[in-house]
Amino acid sequence: MESIILFAPLVGALIGGFGWKLIGERGAMWVTTGLLFLACAFSWIVFLTHGPETQHIQILRWIESGSLSTDWSIRLDRLTSIMLIVITTVSALVHLYSFGYMAHDENFREGESYKPRFFAYLSFFTFAMLMLVTSDNLVQMFFGWEGVGVASYLLIGFYYRKPSANAAAIKAFVVNRVGDFGFALGIFALFFLTDSIRFDDVFAAAPDLAETQLTFLWTEWNAANLIAFLLFVGAMGKSAQLILHTWLPDAMEGPTPVSALIHAATMVTAGVFLVCRMSPLMEFAPEAMMFVTFLGATTAFFAATVGLVQNDIKRVIAYSTCSQLGYMFVAAGVGVYSVAMFHLFTHAFFKAMLFLGAGSVIHGMHHEQDMRNYGGLRHKMPKTFWAMMIGTLAITGVGIPLTGWIGFAGFVSKDAVIESAYAGTAGGYAFWMLLIAALFTSFYSWRLMFLTFYGKPRGDKHTHEHAHESPNVMLIPLGVLAVGAVFAGAIWYGSFFGKTNEVVKFFGGKYGEPTQELVEAVAERSPKASELHYVMESKPGEAAIYIAPENTVLHEAHYVPTWVKLSPFIAMLIGLATAYWFYIVNPALPKRLAEQQRPLYLFLLNKWYFDEVYDFVFVQPSKALGRFLWKRGDEGTIDGTINGVSMGVIPFFTRLAGRFQSGYIFTYAFAMVIGIAILITWMTLSGGAH
Amino acid sequence: MIQADLNIILPEILISVFAMAALLVAVYTSKDKLAPMLTWVTAAVFLVVGFWIGTSGSGTNVAFGGMFIDDGFSRFAKVVILISAACVLVMSQGYMAARGILKFEYPLLIALAVVGMMMMVSAGDLMSLYMGLELQSLALYVVASLRRDSVKSTEAGLKYFVLGALSSGLLLYGASLTYGFAGTTLFSGIIQTATEGEVSIGLLFGLVFLVSGMAFKVSAVPFHMWTPDVYEGSPTPVTAFFATAPKVAAMGLFARVLHDAFGGITGDWQQILAFLSVLSMFLGAIAAIGQRNIKRLMAFSSIAHMGYALMGLAAGTAFGVQAMLIYMAIYVTMNVGTFAFIMSMERDGQPVTDIRSLNMLSKREPGKALAMLILLFSLAGVPPLVGFFGKLYVLRAAYEGGLAWLAVAGVVASVIGAFYYLRIVFYMYFGEEQDEALDKGGSPILYGFLMASAAIMLLGVVNLFGIEGVAEAAAATLVN
Repeated sequence: MESIILFAPLVGALIGGFGWKLIGERGAMWVTTGLLFLACAFSWIVFLTHGPETQHIQILRWIESGSLSTDWSIRLDRLTSIMLIVITTVSALVHLYSFGYMAHDENFREGESYKPRFFAYLSFFTFAMLMLVTSDNLVQMFFGWEGVGVASYLLIGFYYRKPSANAAAIKAFVVNRVGDFGFALGIFALFFLTDSIRFDDVFAAAPDLAETQLTFLWTEWNAANLIAFLLFVGAMGKSAQLILHTWLPDAMEGPTPVSALIHAATMVTAGVFLVCRMSPLMEFAPEAMMFVTFLGATTAFFAATVGLVQNDIKRVIAYSTCSQLGYMFVAAGVGVYSVAMFHLFTHAFFKAMLFLGAGSVIHGMHHEQDMRNYGGLRHKMPKTFWAMMIGTLAITGVGIPLTGWIGFAGFVSKDAVIESAYAGTAGGYAFWMLLIAALFTSFYSWRLMFLTFYGKPRGDKHTHEHAHESPNVMLIPLGVLAVGAVFAGAIWYGSFFGKTNEVVKFFGGKYGEPTQELVEAVAERSPKASELHYVMESKPGEAAIYIAPENTVLHEAHYVPTWVKLSPFIAMLIGLATAYWFYIVNPALPKRLAEQQRPLYLFLLNKWYFDEVYDFVFVQPSKALGRFLWKRGDEGTIDGTINGVSMGVIPFFTRLAGRFQSGYIFTYAFAMVIGIAILITWMTLSGGAH
Repeated sequence: MIQADLNIILPEILISVFAMAALLVAVYTSKDKLAPMLTWVTAAVFLVVGFWIGTSGSGTNVAFGGMFIDDGFSRFAKVVILISAACVLVMSQGYMAARGILKFEYPLLIALAVVGMMMMVSAGDLMSLYMGLELQSLALYVVASLRRDSVKSTEAGLKYFVLGALSSGLLLYGASLTYGFAGTTLFSGIIQTATEGEVSIGLLFGLVFLVSGMAFKVSAVPFHMWTPDVYEGSPTPVTAFFATAPKVAAMGLFARVLHDAFGGITGDWQQILAFLSVLSMFLGAIAAIGQRNIKRLMAFSSIAHMGYALMGLAAGTAFGVQAMLIYMAIYVTMNVGTFAFIMSMERDGQPVTDIRSLNMLSKREPGKALAMLILLFSLAGVPPLVGFFGKLYVLRAAYEGGLAWLAVAGVVASVIGAFYYLRIVFYMYFGEEQDEALDKGGSPILYGFLMASAAIMLLGVVNLFGIEGVAEAAAATLVN
């Protein structure tokens, strides 16, 4: 069954991509979509029936090269099965949604066939993503990692006639190379030190790695920290964390279903998945984890600030994605991997829904994406409006405070992240960044809602008159996702963020009694959390995630002060109120504020000038170097030498040889005698002169 | 004793007796009318003897007190010599007849030359070496000037003779020096004197002169000057013969002398050979660029190819000899095909040698043009054709023999040399249209040889027809 889940999308991609001429456009679309729904159904069966224990399903012998010997096999544990349902569910729904969204496209000429290609790419992406999450060793994971990169490249540049889409595709690919380089170095280092790339071996060796020193770039490093950091560099690229985030907003050039599937729900969360998968190693790399926390928090804050002022509806959601990924990394960074996975899980539902809802709006508004030209659309497209409303309630975190689990999915998981951050950093930097980000999240999400669905219609009158609700194929996926966005948090609260023993059990580990010193240490740190009953007892790699016994953040997060528990809700309310005031009560205010605070506004609007700085620091010098090597190196030196030799030197010698070939016998005899003379002299001087 | 000795040289005796008997018969009967028949018969005798030597011989047999050696190496060389000579004879028959120069002496002179070559590759003594060499050379001088009424042909014969005499002088001088310092003319005796570290300078001088004399036969630079003129002036079938069998014989002799007589001082002759090799490769490549006459062009091409074969020898290892043998076998095969093509280049029945006459041949005769293209690519050493593998072997031998610089030089020279081969391809496929086209069709025999040769270049990539193992065994008998 697991193999069918894995290979059904590949089969779909191959049939749809290469065989559509035989089965027709619609045939290709139905085949790919049907196979994905099959994979989706099987995934849910696996998730609900398969226990938490780790299972290896061998597919083939893969590499036999020296001491590198590895299978191609599926690693099925709780992490995998969570990712399976996320990927196949969103992917199946996006396939269905694309029937409507891709029905007509002005980027392609009349009669041009683009739909089978689109569906084949989507299926191929799904296969690669499944490959990534089911991998049993690092190289197999890297294969999937690069596979999703390729699929992402193809889909961002799907409108290949648009120069901006091509540029965005290349940007995504190149920026990801930087991250992948780090990832590859991490794999090399692990293989170098453990002589294996299998997860089981690597995890088992993790405690030793923490004791090992490694020289890299002329410096001594702690091996575990260095490797964790390198792997995280890979995660930064894929998950668009600060420094390597610039490609994600540009990736919105791709069709909206792609943004929902790849750039919101699945591929960008691969980095989070990687960190959670490598949790046995991460637990032994405290400094690297501090960096993860710091960077995640900073990204969450940064992306939220930029999201405040963007006008393109998809870009707002893109920055929101970037910000939410930061939340996940903070949770992973403080050592609560289950919560990171929890937020990943709920986020997939509500963010995919927001994107698909935005796609529905864009579809209804004839590919208009600027929110300043929207307004009052809730009457024109009521179903989309309600879907977006549910998504917004989920992302901003609406629920009943202090109950913990009664609320929309985003409320449950986000509060869990923020409480963990408070517990994990003792109320430090990460907590405050996330809290402010939560306020901003609420503001920009409601701003999006108000600008789009409330107020008076703005912009082109003609477009507004023809605005229409989307067809059912697009609305059904919204409805399904809405169920997830509402209930996913409440249902799985206990499994991801319950008591330590529940969580450990859910992820397939064994729990046991904590030591007396540990209980005392926790009691001293936070008196309310003194009732520590359970810690994880499994060895690294035995369960899907590993939580070191000393790591009690999961436990302590439940006993944070009440004001901390209330704070995200209050932040949400402040954001909502501000947005209401700015865009419903007093719509002229934002403009005035922007003019008053012009430098700040421009700073945010231009995304903190990251692109400009990169352009100046990296792109232009690279281009200059390239131009230099091309003009001077290639054309000047290499071509010049070749041309000089072949058109000057060689013909000269050719003429010379022709002159010697005089036809006179004495010349020939003379040459022979000279030859003899040279050889004799040489022999006298070198060989036999002793 | 003498009975056993005669048994060993039975193939040589057979061909000699055949040649002399045929000479007598032809002189006293219908003379030149017998020539076509004699050509076929001679070729058949070559093939039969070649087949016999190739299948029956085994082990190492020494005759006449060490003067004649019959071993795996000599058998390999003899088979190549006999087959290539037979091929050239069959190809030349039609061409010579059409030009009225198919004399009955022609096949018989070739037969005698072949006997000389067989002596050369089997020589175990400086005397027998010289005897074989001169027998071969004298026969070749005559066939070079076979076309007595042509100034160019007689000039070619004369030049070849005079310079050949000079080189024979050098060789003899070297032989006498060697004898003087080693006290014997037997290779097996010389090798005991010429050992590393105690070799006298006189013996080294003898070696240099011997090498010079043999370098003349393989037309290695700077003893190559005769080659273009003789190739151009001789009738084309004779040129084809010059370019094939004698080269194999001379290279075989080279390897025989260097390893059997001077195998103890590899370090000394290695430098000389590397020097000759690098000069030959570069001069062959560079000078050929200036040639419009395809026969002169092939002369320089063969100079360059000899440079590569010498590179294999220069390695001084068994693998080097193996590489050389493989290279020579491939070279001969390519040249047979190429000369079959050249012989078929005619306009109004007259031979044409200007490469510009090949303009747009691909339109008129796509099959021939394609076959020639394959041969030229193979000559240039373009993978994956067989010619590439020949080069690969010698380059590897040179590299493993510690002559990495020579291998690099070889690659550079082959890049330069590719130019003139590719220019012919350019003319055939992208040249200008011209009115004076070459005659179409031509002899089916030539066409057959051309196609077969091209096919071997393509099909041989699979396993080189197993020649690798045979050459390895042959090389092993020479170098221990």
